[in-house]
Amino acid sequence: MIKLDKVSKKFGTGVFGLSNISFNVDKGEFVFLVGPSGSGKTTIFRLLIREILPTGGTIVINDWDIVGLPKAKISHLRKKVGVIFQDLKLLMDRTIFENVMLPLEVAEVELEEAKKKVNDVLAQVGLASHKEKFPVQLSGGELQRTAIARALVLSPDIILADEATGNLDMANSWDIIKLLSDINEKGTTIVMATHNLDIIKNLPKRIIEMDKGNIAKDSKLPKEKKDVKIDNSHHSHHYKTPDIQEQKSDTIKEEKK
Amino acid sequence: MKFIKTTWKNIRRSPYQAFAAIMIMALTFLTISFFTILLLGSSKIINFFESKPQATAFFKSEAKQSDMDGLRASLESSGKIASAKFVSKEEALKIYREQNKNDPLLLDLVTADILPSSLEISTVKIDDLVGVSEILKASPIVQEVIFQKDVVATLTSWTNALRTIGVVLIIVLSLVSVFIMVTIIGIKISQKKEDIEIMKLIGATSWHIRWPFIYEGIFYGIVGAIIGWIVSSAVLLYATPFLSSFLKGISLFPVPLLFFVGLLGLELLLAVILGAVSSFLAVLRYLK
Repeated sequence: MIKLDKVSKKFGTGVFGLSNISFNVDKGEFVFLVGPSGSGKTTIFRLLIREILPTGGTIVINDWDIVGLPKAKISHLRKKVGVIFQDLKLLMDRTIFENVMLPLEVAEVELEEAKKKVNDVLAQVGLASHKEKFPVQLSGGELQRTAIARALVLSPDIILADEATGNLDMANSWDIIKLLSDINEKGTTIVMATHNLDIIKNLPKRIIEMDKGNIAKDSKLPKEKKDVKIDNSHHSHHYKTPDIQEQKSDTIKEEKK
Repeated sequence: MKFIKTTWKNIRRSPYQAFAAIMIMALTFLTISFFTILLLGSSKIINFFESKPQATAFFKSEAKQSDMDGLRASLESSGKIASAKFVSKEEALKIYREQNKNDPLLLDLVTADILPSSLEISTVKIDDLVGVSEILKASPIVQEVIFQKDVVATLTSWTNALRTIGVVLIIVLSLVSVFIMVTIIGIKISQKKEDIEIMKLIGATSWHIRWPFIYEGIFYGIVGAIIGWIVSSAVLLYATPFLSSFLKGISLFPVPLLFFVGLLGLELLLAVILGAVSSFLAVLRYLK
């Protein structure tokens, strides 16, 4: 579904955002990209939606060569990949309903169908009662949910969530992860970037650890662990955790060996 | 429909900029209307004078009818003559009597013998009048040539000057309105920079983003054209009684409805072009 092969990105300042990284994400997978700020997580997302081009390497999403994708096709790609941006990128002068409606307007979906989809997705993320409010009237967690709803409304194959729990407290962060996990269970591939390893380290999900533009560790889970569902509880400590770090992992370092 | 909704929203959100754009367009189209009316009116006045006999050649009393007919035929065969009317001594007397019917003293003194026969000539083009009159003057049977070249020439030079001023003014105002529109729409694009970035990131095509701005430019053009047309038409209708008495005899008034409809149609077409070009330039300049 997503394949990065020897991808590097050097910015104009001479700084390397990514150094020759490779990894695959299978259809229906839920992958966490973790690492400190500046480790290259957001750069990967920007490359995946062709906001920027890599300096080298190939990127493939659903058989689409992202690097060689003609400019005219970029909008098609972005309709297939829902993105939850680090800074949310919500339009402050539009209501929650209008914000979530935006991708449907862009995709020129018929109005009545679009309204129904927006109502459905707002109900799914628990914001049905807030749809007439403006972003300034919502809490941080609700704004994250709005961003998730907007990313979800076009039923994309892939959702990229950049620091989707960024400024949230533990309870709200857990809510967001639970919500994304539910979406993933319905078949959507999810790649979520976070610098908060604490909140995810005990989850039965694949974790790719980034450090200074390199993949430091890629912990792939065996099938039986992947299928474990996240508890409906609102707090991560209620989850009986499998220790991911103890699982057989295929790190880049091991590959090199 | 969605684009039009977005356009309307954009206009409502910055009414002062919209007002400025509409006003500059209205001023441009008001100028276009006035000069169109002025130029069409003056060309009608020139046509009126051109259709009158422009030159009259008076024959010598000894001129033979066959020579006079020959001169007339040779002028007509040149293709420059719109009309050539022979006025005999008897017809000249009739005209004289009609013109002086209230003065019996003058009527008694004049007989057909002392009035010369003449040839009243109109040329197809006013410019040919000088050449034709030269031919007439050179003829041995012509006593004198009188022509109203000066009136038409003055009118023509005034019309040409008006046309030049009008065209220059219209071009300058159109350019100014395009630049102002580019700036106004550019400001609007800059204000919506964040929205545009978000829309692009969620998959909007460039044209999806461009269309509302282009419609906005067209909207300003159309509203400006309608305002300009209404004001100029109202002024023309208001001035009609005065102008029709001033230009008595020239069939200019009342101005036919078809003229107003045609002027509006032409201005709307120009408004769409001006609006679309301005906003497209703004989009190219600010939406890279």
